[in-house]
Parts: sequence; C-alpha cells; structure tokens
Amino acid sequence: MPELPRKKVGIIACSGEEIPEGTITRLAALRVLHQLHPENTVTICLPLFLAGGEGDRSFARFFPTIAVDGCEKQCAFHGTEKYSSRPAAAIVVTELIARHGLDKPHGCRKPDAVGMEIVELVAQEIAGTVEKLLGNGGR
Amino acid sequence: MSNLQKKIAIVPCSGIGKAYGTVSRIAAYQITEDDRPQHTRLIPLALLVLGDEECRKFMAENPAITIDGCPQTCATKMVQQSGGTVVKQCSVLGTARSRRDLKPQGIAELNEDGEKLATVLAQEVVAVIDASVKPGDGGNHA
Repeated sequence: MPELPRKKVGIIACSGEEIPEGTITRLAALRVLHQLHPENTVTICLPLFLAGGEGDRSFARFFPTIAVDGCEKQCAFHGTEKYSSRPAAAIVVTELIARHGLDKPHGCRKPDAVGMEIVELVAQEIAGTVEKLLGNGGR
Repeated sequence: MSNLQKKIAIVPCSGIGKAYGTVSRIAAYQITEDDRPQHTRLIPLALLVLGDEECRKFMAENPAITIDGCPQTCATKMVQQSGGTVVKQCSVLGTARSRRDLKPQGIAELNEDGEKLATVLAQEVVAVIDASVKPGDGGNHA
C-alpha cells in the first residue's frame, strides 16, 4: 500500500504590522504550530504565498487552511481565496475580542498583558478548529 | 533618492517561517517607531497586495524601502507589482553576512543576537533615510 501524505492543516496569519491584532495573529499561529498542534499543522508564509510561492499555494489547494486575520479587512482570508482556494475556516481577532467582551490590546511590536491573553484565546480557537477539521480531535 | 518632504514607506516581509522574517519586522518597528517616526510609515505587505486603496495611494506618492527576510524578496516584488517605487532594497541576509558573529534565532520572540541584527539593519536603513532628508525637514534626530 502506498503511504499517503499525512493530512495537515495550514494556518495563514495576516501578521499585519500596523495593528496589535496583526501581531496577535502571528503569535497565536506560532503557538499552535510549536506547542498545541506541532504534528498536525504548518504555517503558510503569507508574503510568499501572495508573491507566488507555488508550494504554499498548492498546499492550500489540497489541504484545509485556517485564515487568521487581525481585522475585518481579512487580508489572509481574501489572499488565500484569491490565489489558491477558499479557507476552510476564518478567525478574525477583532471579532473574537468583541464576542468575549475583552479590552483592546496595545503594542504592535510586542503585545501588552491584555494582548498576550488574546494570543492564548486565539491560539485555543485555532487549535479547536484544527481538531474539528481533522475530525479526530487532532491528537 | 531625491530630497523628501514626503514620508518613506518601510515595508518588511514579516515572513513567518524563519527568524529572518522576524528580524525584518523588528527592524521596521525600530525605524518607524523609535528612530525616524517623522519620516517614515510602516506599510503592511498583505494590505498593500490585497489592494487597500489608502495604502496604494500612499505607495504611489511616496518612495519605499523594502526589508526582505529571504532570497524570495517578496516585499520588494510586491511593492513593485503594486506600482510602488523601491528606492532601497535591504536584505536581512545581506546584513547577516556582514555580521556573522550574530546568530538570530526564534520566530515568535527573537534571541539577543536577533535583536542586535535588527538594530544593525535598522541603522543601515536610517542612514539611507537621513541621506534623503533635507536639513530642516523636521524629525527627531540631530
């Protein structure tokens, strides 16, 4: 029997530098990749993806992806949809903040304490979505 | 680069796969928040590529300095594709080659060498900015 590639989920963070929520997407994606679901996830480099990285675009065509955006402009989501295929799930940090009634984070270079709490919240949201997409709890 | 009354767009790649992308990002923050906030503006690459109107207008009217983290030069390519004018293309790898004593590590958080490399890179960019700014243009530097 040929060995099929293991199904993984791609995480595409907007990494927007202008707003704290952009940095939060980046840190949350890395937390999932390095700690919460290292075996089940890859991160997709959005600049490379947008600039024409064929490997990353192909991955997003054949594997489920989660777009993690800092604001309602949803650059990661729309970029993925435009250049590859529609992400399986979308997470928008500003919406998550509103839904949980949290304070606005500060600090683009390094999030403040509120921002770091939101990083964890977003990371858990991504991890839960990974588990749903993999259909087996992801572990 | 000509004399500027304008601001300079600073466009890092912010790649997420390697420490070098984070170095580009931290250097951009040092330039736009600490060193030359009066003369620069940080432009998020994704926003530019996805066609944000205000972002594109700024890029059409102002010169850009790009900071690429790897040989793919995504920041430079995308600024050019978006109609921007790249007056200086900086590369983390180029700076790293001149400072082989610094070994950057960490993506979420850079190690000390990574922070130092970002500072060296930021200083290179600041020198380019200073060379382009007329005396008396304002700014927070001598």
